[in-house]
Amino acid sequence: MDGDIAVKVDRLSKTFKLPHEKQTSIKNALISRFRGGSRSYEKQEVLKDISFDIKKGEFFGIVGRNGSGKSTLLKLLAGIYTPTSGSIQVNGKLTPFIELGVGFNPELTGRENVFLNGALLGFNRAEMTMMYADIVAFAELEKFMDQRLKNYSSGMQVRLAFSIAIRANTDILILDEVLAVGDEAFQQKCYDYFKKLKRDGKTVVLVTHDMGSVRNFCTRALLLDSGKIMESGVPEKVANEYSLRNFMQPAGKADTGRDMAAPWIKIRPISKPVLTPDQKLICKVNYYVPEATDVSFGISVIDGATDGKTSIIDDGFMLSQESAKVTSRTAGEHTHEYTLNLTGFNSRNLTVTATLFKKQGANFVPCAYTDDASSLRFLVRRPLSDNGLLKLKGTWKNVREPGRAK
Amino acid sequence: MRLYRRIFSKQNRALLAELVRTDFKLRYQGSILGYAWTLLRPLLLFVILYIVFVRFLKLGNDIPHFPVYLLLGIVVWNFFTEMTQHSLGSIVGRGDLIRKIRIPRWIIVFSSSISALINLGLNLVVVAVFMVINGVDFYRTVVFVPFLLLEVYLFALGISLYLAALYVKFRDVGYIWEVILQAGFYLTPILYPLARITNVTLQKLILLNPMAQSIQAIRYSAVTHDTVTTQHAFGGGLYAYIPFAIVLAVLFVGFSYFKNQASSFAENI
Repeated sequence: MDGDIAVKVDRLSKTFKLPHEKQTSIKNALISRFRGGSRSYEKQEVLKDISFDIKKGEFFGIVGRNGSGKSTLLKLLAGIYTPTSGSIQVNGKLTPFIELGVGFNPELTGRENVFLNGALLGFNRAEMTMMYADIVAFAELEKFMDQRLKNYSSGMQVRLAFSIAIRANTDILILDEVLAVGDEAFQQKCYDYFKKLKRDGKTVVLVTHDMGSVRNFCTRALLLDSGKIMESGVPEKVANEYSLRNFMQPAGKADTGRDMAAPWIKIRPISKPVLTPDQKLICKVNYYVPEATDVSFGISVIDGATDGKTSIIDDGFMLSQESAKVTSRTAGEHTHEYTLNLTGFNSRNLTVTATLFKKQGANFVPCAYTDDASSLRFLVRRPLSDNGLLKLKGTWKNVREPGRAK
Repeated sequence: MRLYRRIFSKQNRALLAELVRTDFKLRYQGSILGYAWTLLRPLLLFVILYIVFVRFLKLGNDIPHFPVYLLLGIVVWNFFTEMTQHSLGSIVGRGDLIRKIRIPRWIIVFSSSISALINLGLNLVVVAVFMVINGVDFYRTVVFVPFLLLEVYLFALGISLYLAALYVKFRDVGYIWEVILQAGFYLTPILYPLARITNVTLQKLILLNPMAQSIQAIRYSAVTHDTVTTQHAFGGGLYAYIPFAIVLAVLFVGFSYFKNQASSFAENI
């Protein structure tokens, strides 16, 4: 293995055998042996043939949705699980933090737990005695150390656990969702600790849902989905891909169950799903009416942060009964292409919905629309984005209020 | 030596010490007498058995210092029971650690065994006091006692490793082992003097059990030479080494099974 590689994962797979009925009694085991010879179980492939390297000094992010296999990968890296096939080579001392405060015992006092937890990190009593005052001071729990842990609030427990954890003297750290707990002040401490780790050139593997910390801290990242690596490399790219996958619906779902006896409308992307503000969103709106009738349609662009009902932009041919324009009168399919200039957008997650209207008497009434699965989703990504929906600049002028001037 | 250094590295020693210490603190938490129970339990059991078997049933009148002889047997047997029962549930009981951090799995079983050893040490002090009160003669053979206790420890360790690993998969093991211990208590000449069993073949069979062999040998070495040991029963033949062979076999099987299963503990618990 190269000297500058900290962790090398080579064609790693992990399969769990899940018994259909958990057999923890000998009777059941014997009965099923008699019946079929082998126990009935389901094989669950959690990781499928994964390979990657983590270099020394890298801050490596692993992201993925729940059930994507990232926790399993973490436990494999930590040596808690053994691979079904493939190999993991670790170059240096590795300390996993799957959870803060592992081994904490509620019946012991804070002080006793500090020593126990320290031992789990490999520190003996003498070393812990030297660090003890610092640990307690950092956790801000001086007054509570002789109380039993069961009388601590969960926040106090986390603080204590964290201040022991950061003492770990190690080359490679594995952190799982540590940031998911604690208040803002605690999270700030976590961030400071991450910065320190980065400065010290430690190798860190961070498993997280928080794309903010991926963008801010990671030097490289990897996206897992259904046990496979979907994207790896630049954190920005991986984070975008993650947001996209979370935001988008599974492909193909929109095209199922289309009934040719009823009108329908669909919307297809032409441009890429991730766009910058200087690019254009292009999509095709496609609708079908079974019989000749006057129809019109409209689209709405909806921001992901709103309740899903308030649109930023309404566009198309049927924005109000008075201004509505008929787009077709014949039966069959009709297609329109739509282009939207994105200048002025901040980083947003957007959904485009379309609604088809049919003329009934004097009014247009909706007769088909795109649902959650068939609406178009896309992301706008602006470097140095702020939180506003739009990036529009007004003008500023310094003025003196005449009445108050002295 | 290198293996020793790896097994007893600084980290492992620190962890072992802390686990034993925690076990110690937690065991009698909430009880007023606390650690005194370690001594009280076998003593009270001894009192009951003494009244029933020695006073009423008049067992062991032909053995000098029978009360001490009885107590010593109970203490050694209790050590075996405590160590195997504690170790049996130790891996499952520490599932929180096993699923979340990487520590050598054997340390958990080992720490249970150390706790049991400490209790044995305390109990033996009580036995020693009784021996003095009872006016037991001093035998030079007492130097063999530590080696015999080591034999009991290794036998219990082999069983503990095997049971602890098996318990992860089958929780019935706990109940089965309880029954086996009950049966073992009566199959081992703890309460009754072995001389009471007049069938020579049966006597020999009983003495092949490492626990019977070691308890009798410890009594022979420390309390009275009027003890039937395995050596005597077989007249010093090769058969007398069968209990040692059993201990080694159990240790080997227990160790290999544990080693084989250890990597999948985290998934199976």
